[in-house]
Amino acid sequence: MKARVLIRPKEGILDPQGKAVERALPALGFDGIEHVRVGRMVELEAEDPGRLAELCSKLLANPLIEDFEIESIDGA
Amino acid sequence: MLWGVLQFPGSCDERDAVRACSLAGEARLLWHEDPDLGGVDAVVVPGGFSYGDYLRAGAIARISRAMESVAEFAAAGGPVLGICNGFQVLCEAGLLPGALLRNEDLRFVCRQVELVAVEADSPFLAGIEAGETLSIPVKHGEGRYYAPPEVLERIEAGGQVAFRYAPGQNPNGSVGDIAGVLNEAGNVLGLMPHPEHAVDAMTGSTDGLRLFAGVQGAFV
Amino acid sequence: MPEETEMDRHSLPRPGAAGVASKHRELGLTDAEYRLIVEKLGREPNDVELAMFSLLWSEHCAYKHSRKLLRRLPTEGERVVMGPGENAGAVDVGNGMAIAFKVESHNHPSAVEPFEGAATGVGGILRDVFALGARPIAILDSLRFGELDSERSRFLLDGAVRGIGHYGNSIGVPTVGGEIYFESPYEHNCLVNAMCVGLARQEEMVRAAAAGVGNAVVLMGASTGRDGIGGASVLASAELGDGDEEKRPTVQIGDPFEESKLLECCLELLERDLLVSLQDLGAAGLTSSAGEMAAAGGVGIDLDVDRVPLREADMEPFEIMVSESQERMLAVVEPAKVADVLAICEKWQTGSAEIGVVTDSGAIRVLRGEDVVGEMPVEALVDGCPLYDLDPAAPEGWTYGNRASLEPGGPAEETLLRLLAAPSIASKRWAFQQYDSVVGSRTARRPESADAAVLAIPEAGNAIAVSIDGNGRRVACDPHAGTVEAVLECAQNLACVGAEPLGVTNCLNFGNPEKPTGAWQLDRSVAGLAEACEALGVPVVGGNVSLYNEGPDGPIYPTPVIGMVGELPDPVAAAGSGFAAVGEAIALIGPFAPSLQGSELAKLRGELGMGLPEPDIEAVAAACSLVRDAARAGAVSSVHDVSDGGLACALAECAIGGGIGCRVDLLPLLERGCTPEEALFGEASGGFVVTGAAADLESLGGGEVAVLRIGETGGGEIAIGAGDAQLTVSVGDAGQAWSSLSDRLG
Repeated sequence: MKARVLIRPKEGILDPQGKAVERALPALGFDGIEHVRVGRMVELEAEDPGRLAELCSKLLANPLIEDFEIESIDGA
Repeated sequence: MLWGVLQFPGSCDERDAVRACSLAGEARLLWHEDPDLGGVDAVVVPGGFSYGDYLRAGAIARISRAMESVAEFAAAGGPVLGICNGFQVLCEAGLLPGALLRNEDLRFVCRQVELVAVEADSPFLAGIEAGETLSIPVKHGEGRYYAPPEVLERIEAGGQVAFRYAPGQNPNGSVGDIAGVLNEAGNVLGLMPHPEHAVDAMTGSTDGLRLFAGVQGAFV
Repeated sequence: MPEETEMDRHSLPRPGAAGVASKHRELGLTDAEYRLIVEKLGREPNDVELAMFSLLWSEHCAYKHSRKLLRRLPTEGERVVMGPGENAGAVDVGNGMAIAFKVESHNHPSAVEPFEGAATGVGGILRDVFALGARPIAILDSLRFGELDSERSRFLLDGAVRGIGHYGNSIGVPTVGGEIYFESPYEHNCLVNAMCVGLARQEEMVRAAAAGVGNAVVLMGASTGRDGIGGASVLASAELGDGDEEKRPTVQIGDPFEESKLLECCLELLERDLLVSLQDLGAAGLTSSAGEMAAAGGVGIDLDVDRVPLREADMEPFEIMVSESQERMLAVVEPAKVADVLAICEKWQTGSAEIGVVTDSGAIRVLRGEDVVGEMPVEALVDGCPLYDLDPAAPEGWTYGNRASLEPGGPAEETLLRLLAAPSIASKRWAFQQYDSVVGSRTARRPESADAAVLAIPEAGNAIAVSIDGNGRRVACDPHAGTVEAVLECAQNLACVGAEPLGVTNCLNFGNPEKPTGAWQLDRSVAGLAEACEALGVPVVGGNVSLYNEGPDGPIYPTPVIGMVGELPDPVAAAGSGFAAVGEAIALIGPFAPSLQGSELAKLRGELGMGLPEPDIEAVAAACSLVRDAARAGAVSSVHDVSDGGLACALAECAIGGGIGCRVDLLPLLERGCTPEEALFGEASGGFVVTGAAADLESLGGGEVAVLRIGETGGGEIAIGAGDAQLTVSVGDAGQAWSSLSDRLG
């Protein structure tokens, strides 16, 4: 299975990268953009999709400070 | 006493840590792939960019065979000091509460800071009075200490905060100005500032020696 | 000896000539150069060969317009262990140890992508040093951008500083010094020059020459991708203009973690004596490494591109040969030792592959499995490039423009505060605090605490001092005098911490040498560099040239950047630059004869023009010796060299550094024949501000070097009298002005 894992900072955690992006946008002419959060994306191919969640919480994301979401890319 | 300093691909300050530990006993490097800690009496997980800080700082280093042994060593009460990247590794390994995030102003910062010792029960603080200030350099891009509210409450109440940045000196936005954190048993200390770079008058302050000497004193 | 050919480089193609290849022109070769290649090969080059020639015959690799000039530089000396021609230069520092060092530019890539450009600039210079077998122990950088009111300049500054920090910090080598200047001629062509210093046991050092027919050629490090393809000739030998967006694909991406593993691996291989020779892969990748190794060794090399570990599928042979993927090294290894070499690479988790063999063919042969896809005589490829003479002509007058932002006649206090706040003079704390300056435990003097960085070398029982100083605006005023000043500035900075110069590296950043003014600037500057180094007895052990730095508004200021390394016996004794105690005497030492020509004040007033007083090298050298000895003996409690902004700025910097004011009267300097304004804000070589016990300072005088007692430390104000001019500024206000750059950048 081809999967894409989206990892983002948990709500309530200060995300200075998100803030920096948010601040820079008006200068480029983009107004009305709020709540920018910057995270990471990991793509992989897994023989056994059953263990993906465990893999995510043990390595790809740090559950204390990050949330993750698994998307299947090839429709499986 | 014998100090063991872990070495991962990408560690930077491991030789500096060996040099500092040698002033408070003897010291050797411990290769990350070797589960045998060589009978050391204390372990230092050094600063640097282990595994390039890939994925998250410390996330990959904490999986190494040596770190498994360090976890056992810590569980048995052995003193473990995690400095900067080492602090990150210990948090990722679950040996310390909380996590280290990107500095608030998004920049790497290298400068001397004043730390205030907090009342705590630990061999690392033997010989340092609560309220005393130490001058130690910081150098990091991801040093902002964070713990969710319940965890923060628990560690504050439980005397697990070991050091704070002096008022006005917080270089990264750490919650509660926290610079160093202990585990419940007090034998594992995570510190963002670099005491191994404060042991020689030629390069700056010698306040960092107090931490290493504290453990040595408690060991004897 | 390679044959040199004076070529008519303005030759045009014969009109209407069928079959005249113009591919070579797209790759940066002139028609005449192409014809010479055909002549040397005895046939037309194929694509692989053309790509390789175009890179090695580019200005960046071949130094076509500068090589003849550089022959004027003094390169020999008792302490020289490795001179120009190796990956880096090296000097003997005692006890069998050597200090390796070099400076290199990465200007064009940084103007396109400042973070990666600066980062890979650091990566490249690190490799040059550890290719000798020296462990890198320090980085310094010299940066020049347009004025700060330009958003582009702020973008480039931010990116370059982050890039240098990212690479240096991650690999664990401290960045201990540097300089940053802001001048409008650099607006479209920023300068990013990176210097590295390394330490080696002389007996473990290795040269680059390939040797031993039948020996294996091993490629180590990262896999090879399409980074920087054509980078050298497309970017570095051409002026930047419109369309640099498309050049983005040719910018290299660096990975300091990869380099950290490669570094440890190489040093272990050398320690175990497993390598015959080692060469880093930089501009022009495999082509230049293999070519230079073969040329130095008088041998040939066969390379099989099928055995090169690739990051991208379907790379063509020419792409593989010219790729500038970072973090790679090429080694020559005896066949019996290859297995051990591969095993150690495995241990350090760094890639490795045996990709070729040393031959006696005198040719570089590129193979794809069994097929030969390119074959060139080494001599033609590496040394066959024509060298050009310059056609210098002095300019009619000042061509760089003037922009006044300060009216003359204002109070001296205001002038001082404006100068202290000038971005080129103000504290660079914002930048250097983004660099780890302490890793390695050698740093006895951190940035801005003394005039040179000081690093302990316990392996040799002493210490070294390093300074990097460039000069652009003043070199534009007078290329000869300005360049002499740059060399003297380094020597003075070293003297401040008690160090004696051992060797020089230089990066020459200039405009288009094919234009008469550009040629004149380069010619006169190299003459000044040669004269100053010769007179000081300091050999040039290596360096770099970056030409064609011109934008739509014209060329950059001609900017030689000098990196100098010196030795001192005791790092603890090295005095700082800030006033050390209250109630000490202040003296001005040296033949300081200030002038407003070319000064920062002249710039602020819009009064820049041609001409500079020629420095008296002998007199400055004598002052350096005196100060150096005094610093070593502990006879002075603080030492600071007078440079940008003149004596008033130097005194203010001392006061700010020490948190102590001063009361100074410059009458003794006025008696030397300068005006009050020149005494306060004029610039020149040969001025040192020192403090100490009055008796100690007095005993320094009486010889051939002038020692003028000018005042005393104490109080909370900087009070300077200079005839009719008087200024009094609080240390706090001065400090605020001096910190304003860092405050402004956040």
